[in-house]
Amino acid sequence: MNNEKTKNLSSDIVIELKQVEKSFGEQKVLDRVDLQVQSGKTLVIVGASGQGKSVILKHMLGLVLPDAGEVNVFGQNITTGNKARLKEIRKHFGVLFQNVALFDSMTVFDNVALPLRERTDLGEEEIRANVEEKLEMMDLGGAGEKYPAQISGGMQKRVGLARALVLNPQVVFFDEPTTGLDVHKSNEIYRLFYLTQQKLGYTAVIVSHDVPKIFKLSDQVALLANRQIQGCLSPEEFQLSDNPYIRQFVETTMGPIYSSDREESNLYEKI
Amino acid sequence: MLNSLTKLGAETLYLLNSSGRMGIFLFSCVGKIFTPPYKMSPIIRQMHFIGNRSVFVILFTGAFTGMVLGLQGYYSLKKFGAEGALGSAIALSLLRELGPVLTALMVIGRAGSAITAEIGIMRNSEQIDALECMAIDPYRYLIVPKFIAGILALPLLTFIFNVIGVVGGYLVGVGLLNVNAGVFFQSMYKAVEWQDINMGIIKSLVFGLLIIWICASKGFFLHLDRSGGFGAEGVSRTTTNAVVTASVTILVWDYLISAIML
Repeated sequence: MNNEKTKNLSSDIVIELKQVEKSFGEQKVLDRVDLQVQSGKTLVIVGASGQGKSVILKHMLGLVLPDAGEVNVFGQNITTGNKARLKEIRKHFGVLFQNVALFDSMTVFDNVALPLRERTDLGEEEIRANVEEKLEMMDLGGAGEKYPAQISGGMQKRVGLARALVLNPQVVFFDEPTTGLDVHKSNEIYRLFYLTQQKLGYTAVIVSHDVPKIFKLSDQVALLANRQIQGCLSPEEFQLSDNPYIRQFVETTMGPIYSSDREESNLYEKI
Repeated sequence: MLNSLTKLGAETLYLLNSSGRMGIFLFSCVGKIFTPPYKMSPIIRQMHFIGNRSVFVILFTGAFTGMVLGLQGYYSLKKFGAEGALGSAIALSLLRELGPVLTALMVIGRAGSAITAEIGIMRNSEQIDALECMAIDPYRYLIVPKFIAGILALPLLTFIFNVIGVVGGYLVGVGLLNVNAGVFFQSMYKAVEWQDINMGIIKSLVFGLLIIWICASKGFFLHLDRSGGFGAEGVSRTTTNAVVTASVTILVWDYLISAIML
């Protein structure tokens, strides 16, 4: 990506939701949601299933428009219906969907190569080199000619991650990146996330319920409960918060031991 | 009473909504057909899928349509002692009506249904959302090559259908029923005018556009289907719906174009 452009787009707050409201039919999912994502940081959105975590992500991606409120990305409101602006902003995004959303009639190689073929003027040799580098980074060397249906769920997630990162995006969104994976495969995804973020320096927004493991990777944790963000805090502050929703969430998912003693955070299994 | 009015209002709004959505879909796609960048390989791939892979079924259908026209036409014309007009009857039926309409119906069954199912599954499995998030225009990447291929393939397939239909009619009329070959072709030559050929070409171009429009948009907006476009059942219902809608629309437009041009 053009460095000048990257510099221009960089600011402390990359994404900001202001008083966002959203209903589906009679059901209100988001009610005056405020949330900020800071540049180069990792924000994890947690909450019980069906609370609307993925809906927040879809607002950030411009896939869903709010009924009220604003979604600003790189300082620009993406809820105005300006498709050209949204497309320009999305050029700096990478997304790993919950169900990966790989193109099932394309090989692994073609899946990862697609953004390069459609969005750049690179020749086929450069594309091949670029894709192979990303596949190697994801420990997928040799899987390029297989189809998504021929590889395991963990490998599919890694292909999805390779595709999300192939254009070195500024912001990468992860929707439940470890859902359906066993502990070892989840750890592998976290390891790759950690390594690639160190190397590429992207901002990450992760929707997850893999608590407390995901705290290890996060700079900020936001809880969505009762249709609102109950707090966007550092993992340590989150666990010690007095907010009743956060307290209940922490006790339910981690047990009271973690909410009572800051030192307990060191007990997290090293990923 | 109030309940009925509410239902009527909801139905009207739904119809207006879907019509508007389909209108915008067509407008966006047609606009993108005429604006660069153009990539030839997806268009060629779709030409192969819609056109080339339909040739066999078109040859088969065309041949038997021509043969049955020869058979039925011969016995009908014989009652009036006009067997000599068999060539013109076959040619005019094929060029004006049966060629474009049956070709379109065959393409709906073979390629149109596949287009709805393919795009519908892509919609259900978030592949279209993934394209949008990668800043790849799904209209330009997925739909426009299908429109171009459909509009180009239909007239070519119709041409093949007509030629093989005439050959089928000739084999039955001249080969089996002993109509004079010279008279067969002479009557055809005298009866067919440029206007008949033009009508066939215009119909096939319009049908190509209609098939892709209806089948692609049904798949593309699968998630907005009122009866629930989710899962395998949703895809199958939407595909059936697309085939029925496209087939009926073809017959309605066939009448409209004939009424305007005759």
